[in-house]
Amino acid sequence: MGAQLRVYKRRIRSVTATKKITKAMEMIAASRVVKAQRKVAASTPYAQELTRAVTAVGTGSNTKHPLTTQAETVTRSAVLLLTSDRGLAGAFNSNAIKAAEQLTERLERAGRQVETYIVGRRGLAHYNFRERKVAESWTGFTDEPTYADAKKVAAPLIEAIETDTADGGVDEIHIVFTEFVSMMTQTALDDRLLPLSLDEVAQEASPQGEILPLYDFEPSSEDVLDALLPRYVESRIYNALLQSAASKHAATRRAMKSATDNAGELIETLSRLANAARQAEITQEISEIVGGASALADATAGSDY
Amino acid sequence: MAAELHVALVAADREVWSGEATLVVARTTSGDIGVMPGHQPLLGVLESGPVTIRTSDGGTVVAAVHGGFISFADNKLSLLAEIAELSDEIDVQRVERELERAKAEGDASAQRRADVRLRAATATR
Repeated sequence: MGAQLRVYKRRIRSVTATKKITKAMEMIAASRVVKAQRKVAASTPYAQELTRAVTAVGTGSNTKHPLTTQAETVTRSAVLLLTSDRGLAGAFNSNAIKAAEQLTERLERAGRQVETYIVGRRGLAHYNFRERKVAESWTGFTDEPTYADAKKVAAPLIEAIETDTADGGVDEIHIVFTEFVSMMTQTALDDRLLPLSLDEVAQEASPQGEILPLYDFEPSSEDVLDALLPRYVESRIYNALLQSAASKHAATRRAMKSATDNAGELIETLSRLANAARQAEITQEISEIVGGASALADATAGSDY
Repeated sequence: MAAELHVALVAADREVWSGEATLVVARTTSGDIGVMPGHQPLLGVLESGPVTIRTSDGGTVVAAVHGGFISFADNKLSLLAEIAELSDEIDVQRVERELERAKAEGDASAQRRADVRLRAATATR
């Protein structure tokens, strides 16, 4: 076998192996998307009921709570960025990071100091490489986040907003995550988590503008709100984590699908080239044999004389 | 007055139980509270403790609930809990082991959790 042909054969073998791997990853991601979607759906009743309850307390009482009142001058904001631990998901992580950077820029232009909190190794690596300050980070659970993980993430954020700004606390919390719109569409977006605007929440809870009943609070509306708001934040973060995970798997599936397609195309081109090389080799061999034979014939014919 | 109320017991990651009931007893921070159909709209903070639901077909459902909220309006009662388990989901032997370990380690919150589970599990048997 000629050197050229051998090189082609080797490349075809290696691309075929890669194709098998990407195909397997595509299939794994596809099954995980379904699982992640199911988890998003399973967490919806809790989130819905909680939103309803928050609206009920927020509108049914005149309680002022640090988590619902906007500071007069916002000097420091926290940005929570949700990325994934692993790559191989197309532009999933870079989109989320880009959205966070745009938000950070916008906040800084408004004269605010920005503290960044990061979930996921990818986002953390991006910030560490650029030697930017990260207030806190969590890794290791982005593929299948649990409620306990969401609690872990929410705890320092809630603590930061409850601390006075002068003592190093923050005035508002933004979250950047990738919304799972559909199997084909996932969009990175930012959202203000706290302080809560109760009007928006109310809109979310009852879009038809149904009137909420006058609740009796046990033990008191302040205590209920105190207990309710952190849970609400946790549930929002949990939902964002789940959506991020579903989006990541969908992005992986898409990226791996195009990788598999590309590998297929590459194999086709390479086999064409390998065939041409083999044919050239055969042609060369034939012409060598023919040439050799005719040279030999010429030589014997010459010796007869 | 409606004779039954719709109950939804939801944990953070799933709906644990839902159905019609005639009475729900839960423990709030200010004491046990019983909710029957037609109760005044209510929103309360739950303590960890067993929740008893008397279903409309005469059965009883007991669940261990660890923190959360109870909200009642329009004859719809929602019990929101971060963690909630039905009594028949609880493995008594495992919880007993957990209780012993928690006692040995002096972990008060783990001990309380195990205790609540155990009480919920034994309430129906």
